[in-house]
Amino acid sequence: MMDLRELYQDIILDHGRRPRNFRKIEHPTHFAHGHNPLCGDRVTVFLTLDGDRIADVSFQGRGCAISTAAASLMTEVLKGKTIGEARALFAQFHARVTGGEPSELPKPLAEEAERLEPLTGVKAYPARVKCATLSWHALEAALKGGSSGETVKTE
Amino acid sequence: MMTASAPILPSPVSGGGIGRGFDPRQLRREFPIFANNPDLVFLDSAASAQKPRAVIDRMADYYRTDYANVHRGVYRLSARSTELFEEARDKVRRFLNAADRREIVFVRNTTEAINLVAQSWGPASLKPGDEVLISVLEHHSNIVPWQLLRDRIGIRLVVAPLDATGGLNLGEFEARLSPRTRLVAITQVANGTGAVVPVEVVVKLSHRMGAKVLIDGSQAAPRMPVDVQALGCDFYALTGHKVYGPTGIGALYGRYDLLAAMPPWQGGGEMILHVTFDKTEYQDPPHRFEAGTPDIAGAIGLGAALDFIEEVGRDNILEHEEALTGYGVDRLSRIVGLRLLGAGQRRLGILSFDLEGVHPHDVAQVLDQQQVAVRAGHHCAQPLMAWFDLSGTTRASLGAYNDERDIDRLVAAVEAAQEMFGR
Repeated sequence: MMDLRELYQDIILDHGRRPRNFRKIEHPTHFAHGHNPLCGDRVTVFLTLDGDRIADVSFQGRGCAISTAAASLMTEVLKGKTIGEARALFAQFHARVTGGEPSELPKPLAEEAERLEPLTGVKAYPARVKCATLSWHALEAALKGGSSGETVKTE
Repeated sequence: MMTASAPILPSPVSGGGIGRGFDPRQLRREFPIFANNPDLVFLDSAASAQKPRAVIDRMADYYRTDYANVHRGVYRLSARSTELFEEARDKVRRFLNAADRREIVFVRNTTEAINLVAQSWGPASLKPGDEVLISVLEHHSNIVPWQLLRDRIGIRLVVAPLDATGGLNLGEFEARLSPRTRLVAITQVANGTGAVVPVEVVVKLSHRMGAKVLIDGSQAAPRMPVDVQALGCDFYALTGHKVYGPTGIGALYGRYDLLAAMPPWQGGGEMILHVTFDKTEYQDPPHRFEAGTPDIAGAIGLGAALDFIEEVGRDNILEHEEALTGYGVDRLSRIVGLRLLGAGQRRLGILSFDLEGVHPHDVAQVLDQQQVAVRAGHHCAQPLMAWFDLSGTTRASLGAYNDERDIDRLVAAVEAAQEMFGR
Protein backbone atom coordinates (compact mmCIF):
# COMPACT_ATOMS: atom_id res chain seq x y z
CA MET A 1 0.00 0.00 0.00
CA MET A 2 1.13 3.49 -0.81
CA ASP A 3 2.52 5.55 2.04
CA LEU A 4 -0.22 7.80 3.34
CA ARG A 5 2.25 10.64 3.55
CA GLU A 6 2.19 10.79 -0.25
CA LEU A 7 -1.47 11.71 0.06
CA TYR A 8 -1.05 13.89 3.11
CA GLN A 9 2.19 15.71 2.25
CA ASP A 10 3.39 18.41 4.62
CA ILE A 11 2.12 21.15 2.35
CA ILE A 12 -1.36 19.59 2.34
CA LEU A 13 -1.41 19.24 6.11
CA ASP A 14 -0.22 22.84 6.43
CA HIS A 15 -2.84 24.28 4.07
CA GLY A 16 -5.46 22.00 5.64
CA ARG A 17 -4.72 23.41 9.08
CA ARG A 18 -4.11 27.01 8.04
CA PRO A 19 -5.92 27.66 4.79
CA ARG A 20 -4.89 30.78 2.87
CA ASN A 21 -7.48 33.24 1.56
CA PHE A 22 -10.07 31.66 3.84
CA ARG A 23 -12.44 34.59 3.97
CA LYS A 24 -15.52 36.03 2.35
CA ILE A 25 -15.24 38.74 -0.31
CA GLU A 26 -18.00 41.20 0.56
CA HIS A 27 -18.90 42.26 -2.97
CA PRO A 28 -17.65 39.55 -5.31
CA THR A 29 -18.20 39.90 -9.03
CA HIS A 30 -18.52 36.13 -9.17
CA PHE A 31 -19.20 33.40 -6.62
CA ALA A 32 -20.57 29.87 -6.47
CA HIS A 33 -21.05 27.03 -4.02
CA GLY A 34 -19.61 23.57 -4.41
CA HIS A 35 -21.24 20.59 -2.74
CA ASN A 36 -19.95 17.05 -2.45
CA PRO A 37 -23.05 14.99 -1.62
CA LEU A 38 -20.88 11.98 -0.81
CA CYS A 39 -19.43 13.56 2.31
CA GLY A 40 -21.58 16.66 2.76
CA ASP A 41 -18.63 18.98 2.28
CA ARG A 42 -19.41 22.48 1.09
CA VAL A 43 -17.22 25.23 -0.26
CA THR A 44 -18.00 28.72 -1.53
CA VAL A 45 -15.55 30.35 -3.95
CA PHE A 46 -15.54 34.16 -4.27
CA LEU A 47 -13.94 36.10 -7.12
CA THR A 48 -13.32 39.72 -7.93
CA LEU A 49 -12.63 40.05 -11.63
CA ASP A 50 -10.96 43.09 -13.07
CA GLY A 51 -11.85 42.73 -16.73
CA ASP A 52 -10.45 39.36 -17.69
CA ARG A 53 -8.11 39.12 -14.73
CA ILE A 54 -8.66 37.61 -11.27
CA ALA A 55 -7.92 40.52 -8.92
CA ASP A 56 -8.95 38.63 -5.81
CA VAL A 57 -10.09 35.12 -4.98
CA SER A 58 -11.07 33.52 -1.68
CA PHE A 59 -13.07 30.66 -0.25
CA GLN A 60 -15.03 29.54 2.77
CA GLY A 61 -16.44 26.22 3.77
CA ARG A 62 -16.05 23.06 5.73
CA GLY A 63 -14.21 20.08 4.43
CA CYS A 64 -11.51 17.50 4.87
CA ALA A 65 -7.78 18.27 4.81
CA ILE A 66 -7.60 17.50 1.08
CA SER A 67 -10.49 19.70 0.01
CA THR A 68 -9.43 22.55 2.28
CA ALA A 69 -5.81 22.40 1.08
CA ALA A 70 -6.94 22.12 -2.53
CA ALA A 71 -9.08 25.23 -2.23
CA SER A 72 -6.33 27.11 -0.43
CA LEU A 73 -3.68 26.23 -3.02
CA MET A 74 -6.12 27.04 -5.80
CA THR A 75 -6.64 30.58 -4.49
CA GLU A 76 -2.89 31.06 -4.26
CA VAL A 77 -2.17 30.08 -7.86
CA LEU A 78 -5.19 31.90 -9.30
CA LYS A 79 -4.51 35.39 -8.06
CA GLY A 80 -3.57 37.63 -10.98
CA LYS A 81 -4.37 35.01 -13.63
CA THR A 82 -6.70 35.56 -16.56
CA ILE A 83 -9.88 33.51 -16.91
CA GLY A 84 -8.27 31.62 -19.77
CA GLU A 85 -5.24 30.80 -17.65
CA ALA A 86 -7.43 29.70 -14.74
CA ARG A 87 -9.32 27.31 -17.01
CA ALA A 88 -6.11 25.95 -18.48
CA LEU A 89 -4.78 25.32 -14.97
CA PHE A 90 -7.98 23.49 -14.01
CA ALA A 91 -7.92 21.37 -17.16
CA GLN A 92 -4.34 20.38 -16.49
CA PHE A 93 -4.93 19.74 -12.78
CA HIS A 94 -8.06 17.69 -13.50
CA ALA A 95 -6.15 15.52 -15.94
CA ARG A 96 -3.35 14.97 -13.45
CA VAL A 97 -5.59 13.89 -10.55
CA THR A 98 -7.81 11.68 -12.68
CA GLY A 99 -4.96 10.03 -14.54
CA GLY A 100 -5.81 11.72 -17.83
CA GLU A 101 -3.44 13.18 -20.37
CA PRO A 102 -2.26 16.57 -19.05
CA SER A 103 -1.99 19.27 -21.67
CA GLU A 104 1.22 21.27 -22.15
CA LEU A 105 1.10 24.64 -20.46
CA PRO A 106 3.23 27.65 -21.37
CA LYS A 107 6.29 28.02 -19.14
CA PRO A 108 5.16 30.51 -16.45
CA LEU A 109 1.82 28.76 -16.09
CA ALA A 110 3.50 25.37 -15.93
CA GLU A 111 5.48 26.60 -12.94
CA GLU A 112 2.26 27.63 -11.20
CA ALA A 113 0.77 24.23 -11.97
CA GLU A 114 3.73 22.63 -10.24
CA ARG A 115 2.54 24.17 -6.98
CA LEU A 116 -0.52 21.91 -7.22
CA GLU A 117 1.65 18.82 -7.56
CA PRO A 118 1.29 17.78 -3.85
CA LEU A 119 -2.42 17.24 -4.48
CA THR A 120 -1.92 14.69 -7.22
CA GLY A 121 -1.45 11.96 -4.60
CA VAL A 122 -5.25 11.62 -4.63
CA LYS A 123 -5.15 9.74 -7.91
CA ALA A 124 -4.23 6.60 -5.94
CA TYR A 125 -7.40 7.11 -3.85
CA PRO A 126 -10.36 7.35 -6.25
CA ALA A 127 -12.78 8.24 -3.42
CA ARG A 128 -10.74 11.36 -2.68
CA VAL A 129 -10.34 12.82 -6.19
CA LYS A 130 -13.52 14.83 -5.73
CA CYS A 131 -12.14 16.37 -2.55
CA ALA A 132 -9.29 17.81 -4.61
CA THR A 133 -11.49 19.09 -7.43
CA LEU A 134 -14.51 20.42 -5.50
CA SER A 135 -13.23 24.01 -5.23
CA TRP A 136 -12.21 24.00 -8.89
CA HIS A 137 -15.70 22.94 -9.92
CA ALA A 138 -17.07 25.77 -7.79
CA LEU A 139 -14.63 28.16 -9.51
CA GLU A 140 -15.85 27.00 -12.91
CA ALA A 141 -19.48 27.51 -11.82
CA ALA A 142 -18.65 30.99 -10.50
CA LEU A 143 -17.01 31.97 -13.78
CA LYS A 144 -20.08 30.77 -15.69
CA GLY A 145 -22.75 32.03 -13.32
CA GLY A 146 -21.32 35.38 -12.25
CA SER A 147 -22.99 36.78 -9.15
CA SER A 148 -25.98 34.42 -9.24
CA GLY A 149 -24.33 32.14 -6.66
CA GLU A 150 -25.07 28.77 -8.22
CA THR A 151 -24.46 25.45 -6.51
CA VAL A 152 -22.47 22.81 -8.32
CA LYS A 153 -22.38 19.20 -7.22
CA THR A 154 -19.44 16.89 -7.75
CA GLU A 155 -21.74 14.10 -8.88
CA MET B 1 -31.30 -30.92 0.30
CA MET B 2 -28.18 -30.18 2.25
CA THR B 3 -27.67 -32.04 5.46
CA ALA B 4 -27.34 -30.08 8.65
CA SER B 5 -23.86 -28.67 9.01
CA ALA B 6 -21.53 -29.29 11.91
CA PRO B 7 -22.06 -27.09 14.94
CA ILE B 8 -20.47 -23.68 14.55
CA LEU B 9 -19.10 -23.65 18.04
CA PRO B 10 -18.27 -27.21 19.11
CA SER B 11 -19.05 -26.38 22.71
CA PRO B 12 -19.61 -23.26 24.72
CA VAL B 13 -16.17 -21.79 24.96
CA SER B 14 -15.16 -19.50 27.73
CA GLY B 15 -12.18 -17.30 28.33
CA GLY B 16 -11.49 -16.30 24.73
CA GLY B 17 -13.83 -13.36 24.44
CA ILE B 18 -15.44 -11.03 26.85
CA GLY B 19 -18.94 -12.45 26.60
CA ARG B 20 -19.69 -15.62 28.50
CA GLY B 21 -19.70 -18.81 26.46
CA PHE B 22 -18.63 -16.98 23.36
CA ASP B 23 -15.35 -16.87 21.52
CA PRO B 24 -15.31 -14.28 18.75
CA ARG B 25 -11.91 -15.53 17.58
CA GLN B 26 -13.34 -18.93 16.93
CA LEU B 27 -16.45 -17.45 15.38
CA ARG B 28 -14.29 -15.37 13.07
CA ARG B 29 -13.06 -18.57 11.42
CA GLU B 30 -16.58 -19.10 10.12
CA PHE B 31 -16.21 -15.94 8.01
CA PRO B 32 -13.99 -16.51 4.96
CA ILE B 33 -13.47 -12.76 4.49
CA PHE B 34 -11.10 -12.76 7.47
CA ALA B 35 -9.03 -15.62 6.10
CA ASN B 36 -8.73 -13.77 2.82
CA ASN B 37 -7.92 -10.45 4.54
CA PRO B 38 -5.93 -11.59 7.56
CA ASP B 39 -5.05 -8.13 8.84
CA LEU B 40 -8.52 -6.64 8.39
CA VAL B 41 -10.17 -4.95 11.36
CA PHE B 42 -13.76 -4.80 10.18
CA LEU B 43 -15.77 -2.25 12.14
CA ASP B 44 -18.50 -1.46 9.62
CA SER B 45 -21.12 -4.13 10.32
CA ALA B 46 -23.79 -1.47 10.80
CA ALA B 47 -23.42 -0.76 7.08
CA SER B 48 -23.36 -4.45 6.21
CA ALA B 49 -22.20 -7.52 8.08
CA GLN B 50 -19.76 -10.09 6.71
CA LYS B 51 -21.10 -13.47 5.65
CA PRO B 52 -20.46 -16.79 7.35
CA ARG B 53 -19.50 -19.84 5.31
CA ALA B 54 -22.88 -21.38 6.19
CA VAL B 55 -24.68 -18.63 4.21
CA ILE B 56 -22.27 -18.57 1.27
CA ASP B 57 -22.31 -22.35 0.94
CA ARG B 58 -26.06 -22.66 1.39
CA MET B 59 -26.74 -20.27 -1.45
CA ALA B 60 -24.22 -21.94 -3.74
CA ASP B 61 -25.62 -25.36 -2.86
CA TYR B 62 -29.13 -24.21 -3.53
CA TYR B 63 -28.16 -23.01 -7.01
CA ARG B 64 -26.25 -26.22 -7.62
CA THR B 65 -28.86 -28.70 -6.44
CA ASP B 66 -32.34 -27.28 -5.89
CA TYR B 67 -32.83 -24.25 -8.11
CA ALA B 68 -36.05 -23.57 -9.99
CA ASN B 69 -38.66 -20.83 -9.87
CA VAL B 70 -41.14 -20.96 -7.02
CA HIS B 71 -44.93 -21.30 -6.80
CA ARG B 72 -45.11 -22.22 -10.49
CA GLY B 73 -43.98 -25.58 -11.68
CA VAL B 74 -45.66 -28.91 -11.17
CA TYR B 75 -42.32 -30.60 -11.54
CA ARG B 76 -40.58 -31.81 -8.42
CA LEU B 77 -37.60 -29.45 -8.61
CA SER B 78 -39.86 -26.42 -8.52
CA ALA B 79 -41.82 -27.91 -5.66
CA ARG B 80 -38.59 -28.46 -3.73
CA SER B 81 -37.45 -24.92 -4.43
CA THR B 82 -40.81 -23.59 -3.27
CA GLU B 83 -40.53 -25.65 -0.13
CA LEU B 84 -37.09 -24.21 0.65
CA PHE B 85 -38.25 -20.67 -0.05
CA GLU B 86 -41.27 -21.05 2.22
CA GLU B 87 -39.12 -22.75 4.83
CA ALA B 88 -37.03 -19.56 4.87
CA ARG B 89 -40.22 -17.64 5.65
CA ASP B 90 -40.79 -19.97 8.60
CA LYS B 91 -37.29 -19.18 9.80
CA VAL B 92 -37.97 -15.46 9.71
CA ARG B 93 -41.24 -16.05 11.56
CA ARG B 94 -39.39 -17.94 14.27
CA PHE B 95 -36.63 -15.33 14.39
CA LEU B 96 -39.17 -12.59 15.12
CA ASN B 97 -41.56 -14.88 17.02
CA ALA B 98 -44.46 -13.84 14.80
CA ALA B 99 -47.67 -15.76 15.43
CA ASP B 100 -48.32 -16.68 11.82
CA ARG B 101 -46.05 -17.35 8.84
CA ARG B 102 -48.38 -15.28 6.64
CA GLU B 103 -47.26 -12.22 8.57
CA ILE B 104 -43.79 -12.37 6.99
CA VAL B 105 -43.42 -10.57 3.65
CA PHE B 106 -40.17 -10.90 1.76
CA VAL B 107 -38.82 -7.59 0.49
CA ARG B 108 -35.46 -6.35 -0.76
CA ASN B 109 -34.36 -4.61 2.44
CA THR B 110 -35.62 -2.47 5.32
CA THR B 111 -36.01 0.49 2.99
CA GLU B 112 -38.42 -1.47 0.83
CA ALA B 113 -40.30 -2.77 3.88
CA ILE B 114 -40.94 0.77 5.10
CA ASN B 115 -41.88 1.98 1.63
CA LEU B 116 -44.33 -0.91 1.35
CA VAL B 117 -46.12 0.21 4.51
CA ALA B 118 -45.99 3.86 3.46
CA GLN B 119 -47.37 3.16 0.00
CA SER B 120 -49.91 0.45 0.80
CA TRP B 121 -51.06 0.96 4.38
CA GLY B 122 -50.54 4.73 4.18
CA PRO B 123 -53.07 5.90 1.59
CA ALA B 124 -55.56 3.20 2.65
CA SER B 125 -55.50 4.23 6.31
CA LEU B 126 -54.60 7.91 6.48
CA LYS B 127 -56.36 11.09 5.52
CA PRO B 128 -55.12 14.67 5.26
CA GLY B 129 -54.17 16.04 8.68
CA ASP B 130 -53.36 12.62 10.15
CA GLU B 131 -49.93 12.41 11.71
CA VAL B 132 -46.99 10.05 11.42
CA LEU B 133 -44.59 10.40 14.34
CA ILE B 134 -40.91 9.61 13.88
CA SER B 135 -37.79 10.59 15.85
CA VAL B 136 -34.57 12.48 15.31
CA LEU B 137 -32.74 9.13 15.46
CA GLU B 138 -34.09 7.86 12.15
CA HIS B 139 -32.18 6.66 9.11
CA HIS B 140 -33.23 8.41 5.89
CA SER B 141 -35.16 5.27 4.98
CA ASN B 142 -37.53 5.95 7.86
CA ILE B 143 -37.90 9.63 6.98
CA VAL B 144 -38.14 9.98 3.22
CA PRO B 145 -40.96 7.43 2.60
CA TRP B 146 -43.13 9.43 5.03
CA GLN B 147 -42.20 12.71 3.36
CA LEU B 148 -43.23 11.23 0.01
CA LEU B 149 -46.52 10.13 1.56
CA ARG B 150 -46.98 13.56 3.16
CA ASP B 151 -46.53 15.25 -0.20
CA ARG B 152 -48.88 12.78 -1.83
CA ILE B 153 -51.84 12.73 0.57
CA GLY B 154 -51.31 15.64 2.92
CA ILE B 155 -50.47 13.94 6.19
CA ARG B 156 -48.25 15.65 8.75
CA LEU B 157 -44.84 14.35 9.72
CA VAL B 158 -44.03 14.97 13.38
CA VAL B 159 -40.55 14.47 14.85
CA ALA B 160 -39.79 13.56 18.46
CA PRO B 161 -36.56 15.13 19.77
CA LEU B 162 -33.74 13.66 21.84
CA ASP B 163 -32.78 14.40 25.41
CA ALA B 164 -29.44 15.91 26.46
CA THR B 165 -27.81 12.47 26.58
CA GLY B 166 -28.70 11.61 22.98
CA GLY B 167 -31.51 9.18 23.80
CA LEU B 168 -35.11 9.51 22.71
CA ASN B 169 -36.82 12.07 24.95
CA LEU B 170 -39.76 9.96 26.08
CA GLY B 171 -41.56 12.92 27.67
CA GLU B 172 -41.36 14.92 24.46
CA PHE B 173 -42.30 11.83 22.50
CA GLU B 174 -45.41 11.34 24.59
CA ALA B 175 -46.26 15.02 24.27
CA ARG B 176 -46.30 14.63 20.49
CA LEU B 177 -48.66 11.68 20.57
CA SER B 178 -52.23 12.76 19.93
CA PRO B 179 -55.45 11.28 18.58
CA ARG B 180 -54.23 12.51 15.18
CA THR B 181 -51.16 10.26 15.46
CA ARG B 182 -51.99 7.25 13.33
CA LEU B 183 -48.56 5.71 13.05
CA VAL B 184 -45.34 5.84 15.02
CA ALA B 185 -42.38 4.78 12.88
CA ILE B 186 -39.24 4.45 14.93
CA THR B 187 -35.89 2.73 15.02
CA GLN B 188 -34.99 0.21 17.71
CA VAL B 189 -31.26 0.94 17.52
CA ALA B 190 -30.12 4.17 15.86
CA ASN B 191 -27.59 3.53 13.11
CA GLY B 192 -25.95 6.91 13.64
CA THR B 193 -25.20 6.59 17.36
CA GLY B 194 -26.20 3.13 18.60
CA ALA B 195 -28.90 4.62 20.85
CA VAL B 196 -31.32 1.90 21.92
CA VAL B 197 -34.94 3.03 21.92
CA PRO B 198 -37.17 1.47 24.61
CA VAL B 199 -39.61 0.27 21.97
CA GLU B 200 -41.75 -1.63 24.51
CA VAL B 201 -42.57 1.72 26.12
CA VAL B 202 -43.05 3.39 22.74
CA VAL B 203 -45.52 0.68 21.70
CA LYS B 204 -47.52 0.97 24.92
CA LEU B 205 -47.74 4.77 24.79
CA SER B 206 -48.60 4.73 21.09
CA HIS B 207 -51.25 2.04 21.33
CA ARG B 208 -52.86 3.85 24.23
CA MET B 209 -53.35 6.75 21.84
CA GLY B 210 -54.64 4.44 19.11
CA ALA B 211 -51.57 4.74 16.89
CA LYS B 212 -50.00 1.81 15.05
CA VAL B 213 -46.26 1.21 15.48
CA LEU B 214 -43.66 0.32 12.88
CA ILE B 215 -40.22 -0.58 14.19
CA ASP B 216 -37.11 -0.26 12.04
CA GLY B 217 -35.13 -3.25 13.23
CA SER B 218 -32.18 -2.94 10.84
CA GLN B 219 -29.61 -2.52 13.60
CA ALA B 220 -31.47 -4.30 16.39
CA ALA B 221 -32.24 -7.60 14.64
CA PRO B 222 -28.56 -8.62 14.33
CA ARG B 223 -27.79 -7.62 17.91
CA MET B 224 -30.65 -8.61 20.23
CA PRO B 225 -33.50 -11.09 20.50
CA VAL B 226 -36.69 -9.71 18.96
CA ASP B 227 -40.19 -10.89 19.84
CA VAL B 228 -42.85 -9.01 17.90
CA GLN B 229 -45.65 -10.58 19.94
CA ALA B 230 -44.11 -9.54 23.23
CA LEU B 231 -43.42 -6.07 21.81
CA GLY B 232 -46.92 -5.89 20.42
CA CYS B 233 -45.73 -3.81 17.46
CA ASP B 234 -47.79 -3.68 14.27
CA PHE B 235 -44.95 -3.74 11.76
CA TYR B 236 -41.30 -4.72 12.10
CA ALA B 237 -38.74 -4.28 9.31
CA LEU B 238 -35.38 -5.94 8.95
CA THR B 239 -32.76 -6.39 6.27
CA GLY B 240 -30.90 -9.60 5.50
CA HIS B 241 -27.43 -8.24 4.86
CA LYS B 242 -27.10 -6.84 8.37
CA VAL B 243 -28.03 -10.17 9.99
CA TYR B 244 -25.08 -11.88 8.25
CA GLY B 245 -27.28 -12.81 5.29
CA PRO B 246 -27.07 -11.81 1.62
CA THR B 247 -27.90 -8.43 0.13
CA GLY B 248 -31.15 -8.00 -1.76
CA ILE B 249 -33.42 -9.69 0.75
CA GLY B 250 -35.22 -8.44 3.84
CA ALA B 251 -38.49 -8.98 5.60
CA LEU B 252 -41.48 -7.05 6.76
CA TYR B 253 -43.50 -8.39 9.65
CA GLY B 254 -47.06 -7.07 9.68
CA ARG B 255 -49.94 -8.09 11.93
CA TYR B 256 -52.13 -10.32 9.82
CA ASP B 257 -55.34 -8.32 10.17
CA LEU B 258 -53.46 -5.22 9.01
CA LEU B 259 -51.83 -6.95 6.05
CA ALA B 260 -55.14 -8.53 5.07
CA ALA B 261 -56.75 -5.09 4.86
CA MET B 262 -53.91 -3.55 2.84
CA PRO B 263 -54.07 -3.21 -0.95
CA PRO B 264 -51.25 -4.48 -3.18
CA TRP B 265 -48.47 -1.99 -3.76
CA GLN B 266 -46.88 -3.56 -6.81
CA GLY B 267 -48.66 -5.53 -9.47
CA GLY B 268 -47.46 -8.55 -11.40
CA GLY B 269 -47.07 -12.29 -11.21
CA GLU B 270 -47.15 -14.15 -7.89
CA MET B 271 -49.49 -11.68 -6.23
CA ILE B 272 -52.66 -12.60 -8.14
CA LEU B 273 -55.35 -15.26 -7.90
CA HIS B 274 -57.06 -14.60 -11.20
CA VAL B 275 -56.55 -12.03 -13.93
CA THR B 276 -58.86 -10.90 -16.70
CA PHE B 277 -58.64 -7.60 -18.56
CA ASP B 278 -61.63 -6.37 -16.55
CA LYS B 279 -60.68 -7.41 -13.07
CA THR B 280 -57.94 -9.02 -11.07
CA GLU B 281 -58.29 -10.89 -7.81
CA TYR B 282 -55.34 -10.64 -5.51
CA GLN B 283 -53.64 -13.22 -3.35
CA ASP B 284 -53.85 -13.12 0.41
CA PRO B 285 -50.84 -11.95 2.39
CA PRO B 286 -47.94 -12.43 2.21
CA HIS B 287 -47.98 -13.19 -1.53
CA ARG B 288 -50.16 -10.18 -2.26
CA PHE B 289 -47.10 -8.06 -1.51
CA GLU B 290 -44.56 -10.17 -3.36
CA ALA B 291 -45.07 -9.37 -7.04
CA GLY B 292 -42.70 -11.03 -9.48
CA THR B 293 -40.11 -13.72 -9.04
CA PRO B 294 -38.61 -13.13 -5.60
CA ASP B 295 -34.98 -13.33 -4.55
CA ILE B 296 -35.29 -17.05 -3.88
CA ALA B 297 -31.62 -17.74 -3.19
CA GLY B 298 -31.51 -14.59 -1.08
CA ALA B 299 -34.40 -15.79 1.06
CA ILE B 300 -32.77 -19.19 1.49
CA GLY B 301 -29.48 -17.48 2.35
CA LEU B 302 -31.32 -15.32 4.87
CA GLY B 303 -32.78 -18.46 6.41
CA ALA B 304 -29.27 -19.90 6.71
CA ALA B 305 -28.07 -16.65 8.32
CA LEU B 306 -30.87 -16.78 10.90
CA ASP B 307 -30.00 -20.43 11.64
CA PHE B 308 -26.41 -19.31 12.11
CA ILE B 309 -27.40 -16.57 14.54
CA GLU B 310 -29.61 -18.96 16.51
CA GLU B 311 -26.80 -21.47 16.68
CA VAL B 312 -24.35 -18.90 18.01
CA GLY B 313 -27.08 -17.76 20.36
CA ARG B 314 -28.83 -14.42 20.28
CA ASP B 315 -28.33 -13.86 23.98
CA ASN B 316 -24.65 -14.67 23.50
CA ILE B 317 -24.36 -12.13 20.70
CA LEU B 318 -26.18 -9.49 22.72
CA GLU B 319 -24.05 -10.09 25.76
CA HIS B 320 -20.87 -10.02 23.69
CA GLU B 321 -21.76 -6.85 21.82
CA GLU B 322 -22.86 -5.09 25.00
CA ALA B 323 -19.58 -5.92 26.69
CA LEU B 324 -17.56 -4.90 23.64
CA THR B 325 -19.57 -1.69 23.24
CA GLY B 326 -18.76 -0.88 26.85
CA TYR B 327 -15.09 -1.60 26.25
CA GLY B 328 -15.11 0.63 23.17
CA VAL B 329 -16.82 3.49 25.01
CA ASP B 330 -14.26 3.17 27.78
CA ARG B 331 -11.23 3.16 25.46
CA LEU B 332 -12.46 5.90 23.12
CA SER B 333 -13.57 8.17 25.96
CA ARG B 334 -10.00 8.37 27.17
CA ILE B 335 -8.79 9.94 23.92
CA VAL B 336 -8.43 13.68 24.44
CA GLY B 337 -10.18 15.60 21.67
CA LEU B 338 -12.53 12.73 20.83
CA ARG B 339 -16.23 13.34 21.35
CA LEU B 340 -18.38 10.24 21.37
CA LEU B 341 -21.90 11.01 20.23
CA GLY B 342 -24.34 10.47 23.06
CA ALA B 343 -26.67 7.50 22.81
CA GLY B 344 -28.83 7.98 25.88
CA GLN B 345 -29.28 5.36 28.57
CA ARG B 346 -28.27 2.43 26.45
CA ARG B 347 -25.92 2.08 23.48
CA LEU B 348 -25.46 -1.06 21.43
CA GLY B 349 -22.90 -1.99 18.80
CA ILE B 350 -22.23 1.46 17.39
CA LEU B 351 -19.57 4.01 18.35
CA SER B 352 -19.89 7.27 16.47
CA PHE B 353 -17.41 10.03 17.18
CA ASP B 354 -16.04 13.40 16.21
CA LEU B 355 -12.32 13.97 16.40
CA GLU B 356 -11.59 17.60 17.12
CA GLY B 357 -10.11 19.39 14.15
CA VAL B 358 -9.97 16.30 11.93
CA HIS B 359 -12.54 15.65 9.23
CA PRO B 360 -14.16 12.18 9.38
CA HIS B 361 -12.93 11.32 5.89
CA ASP B 362 -9.37 12.10 6.89
CA VAL B 363 -9.82 9.95 10.00
CA ALA B 364 -11.22 7.08 7.95
CA GLN B 365 -8.38 7.42 5.43
CA VAL B 366 -5.73 7.01 8.14
CA LEU B 367 -7.71 4.16 9.69
CA ASP B 368 -7.89 2.43 6.33
CA GLN B 369 -4.11 2.70 6.05
CA GLN B 370 -4.01 0.71 9.31
CA GLN B 371 -6.50 -1.82 7.86
CA VAL B 372 -9.26 -0.54 10.11
CA ALA B 373 -12.49 -0.32 8.09
CA VAL B 374 -15.01 2.19 9.46
CA ARG B 375 -17.67 4.40 7.95
CA ALA B 376 -17.20 8.15 7.69
CA GLY B 377 -19.88 10.68 6.85
CA HIS B 378 -23.52 11.22 7.71
CA HIS B 379 -24.55 7.54 7.81
CA CYS B 380 -27.79 8.33 5.96
CA ALA B 381 -28.94 10.14 9.10
CA GLN B 382 -28.35 13.79 8.28
CA PRO B 383 -31.01 15.14 10.68
CA LEU B 384 -29.35 13.17 13.49
CA MET B 385 -25.95 14.60 12.57
CA ALA B 386 -27.48 18.08 12.48
CA TRP B 387 -28.91 17.47 15.96
CA PHE B 388 -25.32 17.13 17.18
CA ASP B 389 -24.31 20.12 15.04
CA LEU B 390 -22.08 17.98 12.85
CA SER B 391 -22.08 17.23 9.14
CA GLY B 392 -20.74 13.77 9.80
CA THR B 393 -18.83 11.47 12.12
CA THR B 394 -16.49 8.52 12.08
CA ARG B 395 -18.45 5.42 13.01
CA ALA B 396 -17.12 2.10 14.25
CA SER B 397 -19.77 -0.61 14.44
CA LEU B 398 -19.56 -4.11 15.80
CA GLY B 399 -20.39 -7.58 14.65
CA ALA B 400 -20.33 -10.86 16.55
CA TYR B 401 -16.84 -11.50 15.15
CA ASN B 402 -15.20 -8.43 16.66
CA ASP B 403 -13.22 -8.51 19.87
CA GLU B 404 -11.15 -6.22 22.11
CA ARG B 405 -8.16 -6.41 19.79
CA ASP B 406 -10.23 -4.73 17.09
CA ILE B 407 -11.08 -1.90 19.47
CA ASP B 408 -7.42 -1.63 20.48
CA ARG B 409 -6.40 -1.36 16.83
CA LEU B 410 -9.11 1.28 16.31
CA VAL B 411 -7.83 3.31 19.24
CA ALA B 412 -4.23 3.10 18.01
CA ALA B 413 -5.30 4.17 14.53
CA VAL B 414 -7.32 7.10 15.89
CA GLU B 415 -4.28 8.22 17.82
CA ALA B 416 -2.20 7.96 14.65
CA ALA B 417 -4.74 10.18 12.89
CA GLN B 418 -4.53 12.72 15.68
CA GLU B 419 -0.78 12.72 15.41
CA MET B 420 -0.88 13.28 11.67
CA PHE B 421 -3.45 16.07 11.73
CA GLY B 422 -2.62 17.53 15.14
CA ARG B 423 -1.95 21.21 15.29
